[in-house]
Amino acid sequence: MTKKTYVAAIKEALAEEMRRDPRVLLIGEDVRLGVFAGTRGLYAEFGEKRVVDTPISELAIAGAGIGAAITGLRPVVDLMFGAFLYLALDQIIQQAASARYMFGGQTSVPIVFMAQNGGGISAGAHHSHAVHPMFMNVPMLKVVLPSNPYDAKGLLKSAIRDDNPVIFLSPLSLTGMRDEVPDEPYLVPLGKGEVRRMGRDVTVCAAGAMVQVAIKAADVLAREDVAVEVIDLRTLKPWDEALVLDSVAKTGRFVAVDEGKPICGAASEWAATVAEKAFHHLKAPPRRVSGSDVPSPFSPVLERAVIPSVADIVAAIRQTMDEDRSVAADSYRARYAA
Amino acid sequence: MNNEKVLDLYVRMLRIRRFEEQVGLLFAQGQLPGFVHLYIGEEAVAAGVCAALRDDDYIVSTHRGHGHVIAKGGDLNRMMAELFGKATGYCKGKGGSMHIADFSIGMLGACGIVGGGIPIAVGAGLSAKYRGSDQVAVTFFGDGAANEGSFHESLNLAAVMKLPVLFVCENNRYGEFTPMEKVTSVRDIALRATGYGVPGVIVDGTDALAVYEVANTAVQRARNGEGPTLIEAKAHRTGGHAEGEKAFLAGGVYRSAEELAEAQAKDPLRILHSKMVQMRVVTPDVLEALDQQITQAVAAAVNFARQSPDPSPESIYDDGWV
Ligand SMILES: Cc1ncc(C[n+]2csc(CCOP(=O)(O)OP(=O)(O)O)c2C)c(N)n1
Repeated sequence: MTKKTYVAAIKEALAEEMRRDPRVLLIGEDVRLGVFAGTRGLYAEFGEKRVVDTPISELAIAGAGIGAAITGLRPVVDLMFGAFLYLALDQIIQQAASARYMFGGQTSVPIVFMAQNGGGISAGAHHSHAVHPMFMNVPMLKVVLPSNPYDAKGLLKSAIRDDNPVIFLSPLSLTGMRDEVPDEPYLVPLGKGEVRRMGRDVTVCAAGAMVQVAIKAADVLAREDVAVEVIDLRTLKPWDEALVLDSVAKTGRFVAVDEGKPICGAASEWAATVAEKAFHHLKAPPRRVSGSDVPSPFSPVLERAVIPSVADIVAAIRQTMDEDRSVAADSYRARYAA
Repeated sequence: MNNEKVLDLYVRMLRIRRFEEQVGLLFAQGQLPGFVHLYIGEEAVAAGVCAALRDDDYIVSTHRGHGHVIAKGGDLNRMMAELFGKATGYCKGKGGSMHIADFSIGMLGACGIVGGGIPIAVGAGLSAKYRGSDQVAVTFFGDGAANEGSFHESLNLAAVMKLPVLFVCENNRYGEFTPMEKVTSVRDIALRATGYGVPGVIVDGTDALAVYEVANTAVQRARNGEGPTLIEAKAHRTGGHAEGEKAFLAGGVYRSAEELAEAQAKDPLRILHSKMVQMRVVTPDVLEALDQQITQAVAAAVNFARQSPDPSPESIYDDGWV
């Protein structure tokens, strides 16, 4: 095994799938040279029929991808930055996500929309959106957000083989991350999370770039003898509810960490689900750590303040540890009895 | 055109050039966060168009926007501070290179979204017409942006409403690393004007005087209530799409050395410089003195930016809802 960058892992996944299945093609702006998503070099092997440079016309290329998908191809549309998906929203939401259901199952839309997600490189408000929660809100889309190169390769291959529209997002701040990535093909299933670190005291749930931050927070707390269990969801929709609920049943505490915005965010969904389905296990209210509710600022000082940090997560976990609901209830009952 | 106007064009271009050369240097030294797209080689377009505008006219810019801000009269200190992400910058560090705005001079904002600014200019034109002012609005955009839906929808809307808008396409033949021929259905963006019933004009974007003349005509039309004009300025960017792209492309080449040399040979500053000397607008030493003055102003801007404070983390919620 060799260490490969996130971008290299993506490229390997694309190459393997394009070799395996002649229906797979790659469409997007500058995919031949490859701006981010590891598309560079694929042109040499697959030529311009399958590696298609497009005009800067997000709506048209997303829609063209959908038309190709419902007529027998399996396109991967590279839209570069997550925020550029906004220009194609009508096609992605109204057409790709709705078609099968709306047409009574007559068709399926096997397409992958690929883009970079989130902030961390001072790209400013127009390029730094964590777009995943918006797409979690759309019925029949699958949303993938890997946290490392190994998963990126395995998940992208699964996304390409999936018969549904998939939004495949790569954390912008992790493009240079290196990790062991096997040369041989392997799949990581969609919809399955992974425990990155075992712990008995509190469950922390995260995805994408936030997983590493959560692990660092767990490291800090380990020194105080607080054992944090960190779950990497990997796929945000469908998401691995069972894994999270099982963990909460064990720990009795829950902190949801997400780079997206706090209102109707991913963390909101996780926390609500835990409150609804694991309430009886909880010793403290579930907590959320999210990005600040502002457009991403440019200055590194400000951007750091907006994205959840190790300190933010540590603080939330400490609060959860301090708030023992059963103890509070006991003392209330004791006082009431007296 | 009188000598004063010609010199004015030259000064606008020189300010852009010296500012951006410094920005390129600072970026290479790793002193600037984020990324920057330089306008070097295209200065004659911003200068020619903005010289035809009044102070109260509007412009809307792109990701390659430094030149437009400066040509409209932007402040070098506040621009440089913004590029450094400092509290004294135009946007208090929240905008950065791709989002500079100066509403006090009618510069309604740069835009990181390709084509995102075009409809905004249409709205500024609508507002001017609605208020009964005779202001005009200009949208600058690239040849690549002319393939976005926003361009087509905006041109049609401005045409049917006869709005005072100049659509200025800066055609440098590349969208990032893809040459125009591969992704654009026409050879000249100006041809698209026909489809929307407006005049389409092609101009040499390395010739500031020519750009000025064409813009002037379009501005008059707009002020007279005759509606929008699509101007296509054929230009060259002599640098990369973004600074630092060489390392990023890791040997990937998208433009031949000959083509680049050709582009560099058509330096709009040198072209106007020799014209001015030929036409005896000014003597070379006056131009030299001007250059020194501008170079000093840029150096002062860098100092100003460096000595400015970072924004405080608490300021992240400032300037949200009114
Ligand atoms: C909607 C959108 N799509 C893609 C991009 C990425 N991008 C930034 S600049 C650029 C090329 C723009 O080309 P053009 O409009 O010709 O302007 P130029 O860079 O040549 O000045 C692209 C594709 C973006 N910023 N916004």
